[in-house]
Amino acid sequence: MLQKVASINQNAYPGALPNFRNLGILLRILLLVNAVCLIAAVVKSTSLEQTLQEFTAIAALAEPILILSLLVLMVGGPWLSKLPFYRGAGIVLVLELCITTLVYRLGGNFFGGGIAPLERLWFFTLLMTAALIVYFNMLSRLLSPALAESRLQALQARIRPHFLFNSINAVLSLIRSDTKRAEVALEDLCDLFRVLMADNRQLSTLEQEVDLCRRYLSLEQLRLGERLQVEWHIDNMPRDAQIPPLVLQPLLENAVYHGIEPRTEPGVININIFLRNDQVQIVLRNPYQREGTHHAGNKMAMENIRERLSLHFDVEARLTAGLRGNLYQVQIVMPYLRSEK
Amino acid sequence: MTGPLRIIIADDETPARNRLRELLADCAPAVPHELVGEAANGREAVELMSRVPADLLLLDIRMPEMDGIEVARHLLSLPQMPAVIFTTAYDLYAIQAFEVNAVDYLLKPVRSERLLAALQKASQMRPPGQEQLQKLARRPRTCLSVQERGKIVLIPIGEIIFLKAEQKYVTIRTNEREYLLEESLTNLEQEFVANFIRIHRNCLVAKNSITGFEKVAEDGGDSHWEVVLKGVQEKLPVSRRQQFIVKEFAK
Repeated sequence: MLQKVASINQNAYPGALPNFRNLGILLRILLLVNAVCLIAAVVKSTSLEQTLQEFTAIAALAEPILILSLLVLMVGGPWLSKLPFYRGAGIVLVLELCITTLVYRLGGNFFGGGIAPLERLWFFTLLMTAALIVYFNMLSRLLSPALAESRLQALQARIRPHFLFNSINAVLSLIRSDTKRAEVALEDLCDLFRVLMADNRQLSTLEQEVDLCRRYLSLEQLRLGERLQVEWHIDNMPRDAQIPPLVLQPLLENAVYHGIEPRTEPGVININIFLRNDQVQIVLRNPYQREGTHHAGNKMAMENIRERLSLHFDVEARLTAGLRGNLYQVQIVMPYLRSEK
Repeated sequence: MTGPLRIIIADDETPARNRLRELLADCAPAVPHELVGEAANGREAVELMSRVPADLLLLDIRMPEMDGIEVARHLLSLPQMPAVIFTTAYDLYAIQAFEVNAVDYLLKPVRSERLLAALQKASQMRPPGQEQLQKLARRPRTCLSVQERGKIVLIPIGEIIFLKAEQKYVTIRTNEREYLLEESLTNLEQEFVANFIRIHRNCLVAKNSITGFEKVAEDGGDSHWEVVLKGVQEKLPVSRRQQFIVKEFAK
């Protein structure tokens, strides 16, 4: 989880070193290295007896290196895991070379002249270390979609409870005076929650998403009145484009929460959706209000969307956000995939 | 208490105010009251309260300009601080904080029975204390407030050039004039650590008002630093202990 947080700005899974203090990881390293030593012994020999001799000879050199390496990695593990993956892996490789050299120099006298040259040992150490790093990295990569998906599911239904209760409060205020509007508002709320509570792993269409956003915004309008102004520029929108559901809505929710609610004067949320170079472009702008306290929630929603986009479109989709003058702008670029429906 | 309960509603959402008004009307037979005003944001609420006397304030927490908790803190300087009931839609932090600090609150949507109970209690309720409110506050205040001729004057933090402790009071200096505030400089320093810097045992200066430092020679060969400020003539001495800020400023 921590490694995920550290990797926030990258689209692809960045890779990770294993936790060297984990017993399972240590055991796996021990077993794998010894298995490779055994294979080497078998290859080199013709009889069972000779295999044992060879194995003992290899192990005599390999075990000290292995044990020393594990100790060093156990101590340095937490520090290494904080580094970017490639740098961490590089440092581990260099460490291994140093340890190999050390053991070779110290043990050299002890073994006499009968051992392989240092260069060959270096080669084997590098190969073994790299193979292990790749192995552990692939293992965690294999687990990461599952992680991402459970994370995604945990996050996606998280509309601000604040919105729900305020909306219901607004509907209650209409029941006596304007029953028609109260009805419409409840229907909107229903539609919104139907999507929020659905299993949203399938792609939806841009048209559906925009429709959902309109319902959401009309509910917000109910509460905020003319403080909330919305400008849609979607005439050239590719209606049938595929999009993960609830990509746009949370962004609008952010825009209302951070851009409109903290203001007393009316503010405009501007939504542009169009096709350019066969890519769907979504640009949202809202007034920026320096409030300072709510940014954590904002980042979380943004990260969730970014992760879902990359899960569906890999590196072809992009989400960028930042200040443009006194406006906050979020831009999504994603490939134009027509829905089959 | 004599006469009907005088109530003010402060909430930034029109439907929320309408709803409270409806509910109050429902409660009228049981608790006679009079709605004496409504405010759509924190600042309006403070201004309204200092003009219109009231016994009870129904105060939303999340409002633009100034949140409800800060509103209540400014009202403390009123001679007749009203009872305050906070209203909030959903705010885990606030709810926990209220329970800990025994300040009354209503969850939106508000039930009329719950409102009725709160109204009945309101006449005996004591207003929240500064300490309680301070614990509820999540961010520094946007303004300091002083009371002048029965009115609350709000002084936005951004307009303050320096704060100087003088015996019992703290002097607030803005471009135009000075105000007297009854708070401790140490508390102010803690709350506004992002905006102010201590240059002397008795003085905090707004960081963005500092234009530079001057070295002043004293009799006897010693010298000390003085802060040069934007917009005012006064120069304030930097104490020996705080001299490191001169170096930090130069960076």
